[in-house]
Amino acid sequence: MSPAAPELEWRGVRKVLGGRPVLDGLDLSLVAGRSLVIIGGSGQGKSVTLKLALGLMRPDAGTVLFRGRPLPGLFNRRQSVLYRQSGVLFQGSALFDSLRVWEIVSFRLLHADRWPRVRAREAAIEALAQVQLGREVADLFPSELSGGMQKRVGLARAIVGAPRVLFFDEPTTGLDPITAASINRLIADQVRRLGCTAVTITHDLVSARTIADEIALLDGGRIAWRGDRADLDATDDHRVRSMVEASLPPR
Amino acid sequence: MPLQAALVPFTVVGRLVMGVCAIVGALSLFVGRTLLACFTPRWHGGQIARQAVSIGFLSLPVVGLTAVFTGAALALNIYTGGGRFNAEQIVPQIVALGITRELAPVLVALMLSGRVATTIAAEIGAMRATEQIDAMRTLSTDPFRFLVAPRVLAGVATLPLLTSVADIVGIGGGWLVSTLSLGFNPEAYARSTVAFLEAWDIQSGLIKAAVFGFIVTAMGAFHGYRATGGARGVGHAATQAMVWSGVLIFATDYLMTSWFTQT
Repeated sequence: MSPAAPELEWRGVRKVLGGRPVLDGLDLSLVAGRSLVIIGGSGQGKSVTLKLALGLMRPDAGTVLFRGRPLPGLFNRRQSVLYRQSGVLFQGSALFDSLRVWEIVSFRLLHADRWPRVRAREAAIEALAQVQLGREVADLFPSELSGGMQKRVGLARAIVGAPRVLFFDEPTTGLDPITAASINRLIADQVRRLGCTAVTITHDLVSARTIADEIALLDGGRIAWRGDRADLDATDDHRVRSMVEASLPPR
Repeated sequence: MPLQAALVPFTVVGRLVMGVCAIVGALSLFVGRTLLACFTPRWHGGQIARQAVSIGFLSLPVVGLTAVFTGAALALNIYTGGGRFNAEQIVPQIVALGITRELAPVLVALMLSGRVATTIAAEIGAMRATEQIDAMRTLSTDPFRFLVAPRVLAGVATLPLLTSVADIVGIGGGWLVSTLSLGFNPEAYARSTVAFLEAWDIQSGLIKAAVFGFIVTAMGAFHGYRATGGARGVGHAATQAMVWSGVLIFATDYLMTSWFTQT
């Protein structure tokens, strides 16, 4: 692989759901170590874009490539390579109800990598510390946590084992502004600390400004605009302008 | 327009056939993946043990109560029916035969289709609705190995054990009512039960129980795994799991009984 080759690439991806093309020839790539935030309105295919990269959906046409090689299916070796090197923060956190926090955080270490329980628990507690949660949280169940704490546990699960690629699905949805801001800061800190590639989908421009190196606007099933974080306020693209203006407080 | 109207029945039948084919296909794939996960490594021993406790041990009270009352009612019915042709003395034999070959495995399985299949469907359905299954996949863990196979293995292992308990408790229920209110001699009742029963009577019931264990747990997991549409979808999955596991229990019971009675 040449040094300039993208870490992750959607090439001509098309996906039809309910008879409607959600993605219609999506071309998007991301080089290693960059943090890309995909913004867009509801129903524009942001979640589908992420699920295709994670192998949770298959494209109707086109391919998703990881380090230059296609990811054709869930049980494909390439997909498992991506899974072993990635972490995902889901929109609703997706914590396992029946497990304790430390078992959730170290789930991959315990069940895929077969770490001894004592060592996995210590790794989980270290990851919890990274997201500013104390050791006392480790033995709680998800139902005993607030929404913000659940997000932090989800983030701890994503970063444990130092992944090379991080995916964030609407990381601040349903959180109050203060908690959302702290989650955004944590995400930005962890992406920087790990030096990993990050893909975030959100409609929250505050999130985008905090997390992104680059921002891409998904509209009509394709990337309608892409630029650096600083370009967001400078662009005259009317679709980006309308999103930026909609995110401002009313005068 | 008349031609379109004439084609309506064919459209309806066609959709029905396509729907049935889709369900059978999905179920076949699900069972195939489940069997693969059950019979090839890696197994999650902790999950299997946890499910064995949940499906087996925690079902003991409901199984015991069902069996004791069934055995007692069966004894009363046989005594009354047998009395019509002066055959009241066959109560111990028919109770033993009825419980071991038919009632214990079928009733235990039906009780578990209510207690276990619905729970499995609701658990897995809720995990599907809240992206927990997707999360598991991205954590390099196959949900079939972690969620489905442990439940199925635990069901197949524990239903025969629960049926053995129901055999003993059910025959005990018949013994109790026969000796306390029908005037049977306790020792003679027990002796005639033991002398009458053959090993195959018990073994055939246990084989049925293992098959029913697969049906109950696989139906719960299948409907939970396919659940869509949030809370309503989870509720629908639980109902479907109970209904279809019940229907399949009766159907396979008939098929196995036909086969066993021919051999």
